[in-house]
Amino acid sequence: MMIETRELTKLFKDVRAVDGINLTVARGELVALLGPNGAGKSTTLRMLTTLIPPTSGSASVAGFDVVRRQRDVRLRIGYIGQGNGAGHSQRGRDELISQGRAYGMPVRAARTRAAELIESLGLGDVADRTVSTLSGGQRRRLDIAMGLIHAPELLFLDEPSTGLDPQNRANLQEHILRLRAEHGTTIVMTTHYLDEADSMAERVIVIDHGRIIADDSPQQLKAKHVGDRIILGFASPQEAAAAARTLDGQDKDGYVRIKTEDGPREAPAILDRLTVKPTSIEVTRPTLDDVFLTLTGRSLREDSSSRTDELVEA
Amino acid sequence: MTTLVGDTAVVFSRELRPVIRDPFSVIFSMIQPLFFLGLFAPLLPGDESLQWFVPGIIVMSCLFGSSMTGSNLLFEIQTGSHERMLVTPLRRPALLIGRALKEIVPMIAQAVLIVAVCIPFGFELHLPGALLGLLILAGFCVGLGALSYTLALASKNKEWLFWTVQQTLLFPLLLLAGVLLPIDDGPGWLQALSKFNPMTYVVSAERALFNGDIWSRGTAEGLVAAVLVAALGLVVGVRAMKRSD
Repeated sequence: MMIETRELTKLFKDVRAVDGINLTVARGELVALLGPNGAGKSTTLRMLTTLIPPTSGSASVAGFDVVRRQRDVRLRIGYIGQGNGAGHSQRGRDELISQGRAYGMPVRAARTRAAELIESLGLGDVADRTVSTLSGGQRRRLDIAMGLIHAPELLFLDEPSTGLDPQNRANLQEHILRLRAEHGTTIVMTTHYLDEADSMAERVIVIDHGRIIADDSPQQLKAKHVGDRIILGFASPQEAAAAARTLDGQDKDGYVRIKTEDGPREAPAILDRLTVKPTSIEVTRPTLDDVFLTLTGRSLREDSSSRTDELVEA
Repeated sequence: MTTLVGDTAVVFSRELRPVIRDPFSVIFSMIQPLFFLGLFAPLLPGDESLQWFVPGIIVMSCLFGSSMTGSNLLFEIQTGSHERMLVTPLRRPALLIGRALKEIVPMIAQAVLIVAVCIPFGFELHLPGALLGLLILAGFCVGLGALSYTLALASKNKEWLFWTVQQTLLFPLLLLAGVLLPIDDGPGWLQALSKFNPMTYVVSAERALFNGDIWSRGTAEGLVAAVLVAALGLVVGVRAMKRSD
């Protein structure tokens, strides 16, 4: 196991930021921790990366206890935090070399490795400029390069794409996926972008109020907790009401909604059962937000996550 | 396998690199001392005044530069690069000691610059004494730098706190050390206060040493004061760094 936690808990004064998390991550997995701001994702990550000690419970990362064997953990993990890893007054290449040396690499090896990463992350034109003159996307790529300098077996990313425009975000996701495909790196990332968790991770862990409330593949989460919906439109409310009785669905304002497990496959059979022809048909598949809504009664979209984006961009 | 010394060297060279890449930054923190040198020193009476004033200005420049240096760490705490360093296997004490040791380099550059500017105006350099003076000053600025980093770690995301404390302490330390005018002719209470200021002893030692008077009591007192400041700074600084998250 790459990560194994037992009742991992963090209290800030009286607030249970992380409340007894039991989590196992196997080698090679790509896991996304999804949840609203303040759910405890970053605090969990900060404990797993030895930045803060747990209040109670334990965690073993890359085979070592995060409290007793901090150094062994640090040697084996890479961490890309929410901020910029590279010092703003430094040059990118210098920072990469310093970072390599921080992991005990000889200067020559650090220099070679820095050059490789600059090349593979497309930083050739900006690596020898002062970091403060780089664009947000360039700085983020530099952060990724810094996190990878020692080729860690386990990489943590805390909100990697926050504050990036859609193109840079797609770019970054591609880099992360490529990294995994090429090196088999275990990746644990936090995100509040639903589409990011959906498209990248094969395992999504939904966290709310410091607890894990769901843990599965995005497809399974959606099928298990929400399911598909078929929405049929009718010429009149009366027709809709009649159809709702036949199909055991709910009607409202001339529309009938039916919950199914696999909408696209079941839609033709449902149409066959109707005596009155509908005027429209729509099959909706759930998003991870629907999953979150079903699990917590709240939407991820309307909470503070969207506000954070504005803050970061401002 | 890495060592504390190796880790410290990594942090030291990382800190030094922007200074070497942009040497002008060394001058930035000494603008005020240079003003005092240019606009205040000419007001002092007597032919020997420059000989008395310049060593104090070198200490002043060291005070200004080293006490401000924590703001670099404060900025790195805000941007996230300090956090990045905390996740590396670098030993916590090295994160502080390496930074504090780097203060020696701009201090020496500034001292050389001040002396070079003053020689044409009749300042006499006594090299052996001056070198010993820089050694004492090295200890003093490492301690000051470490204290400034401690303040930065304590201020964390409250930038105003750092600057309020730094600015509040700066001038009392400076004036009570007798950098601008001699304390000896002042009232008793002011003389008494100045005896509690370690910088007083450093300034006296620098004055004696830059004038070639090496084996004086003042040299010993200055050395002790500088070592005490360095020890205090490093002890509290390393402690604060170990608690940093």
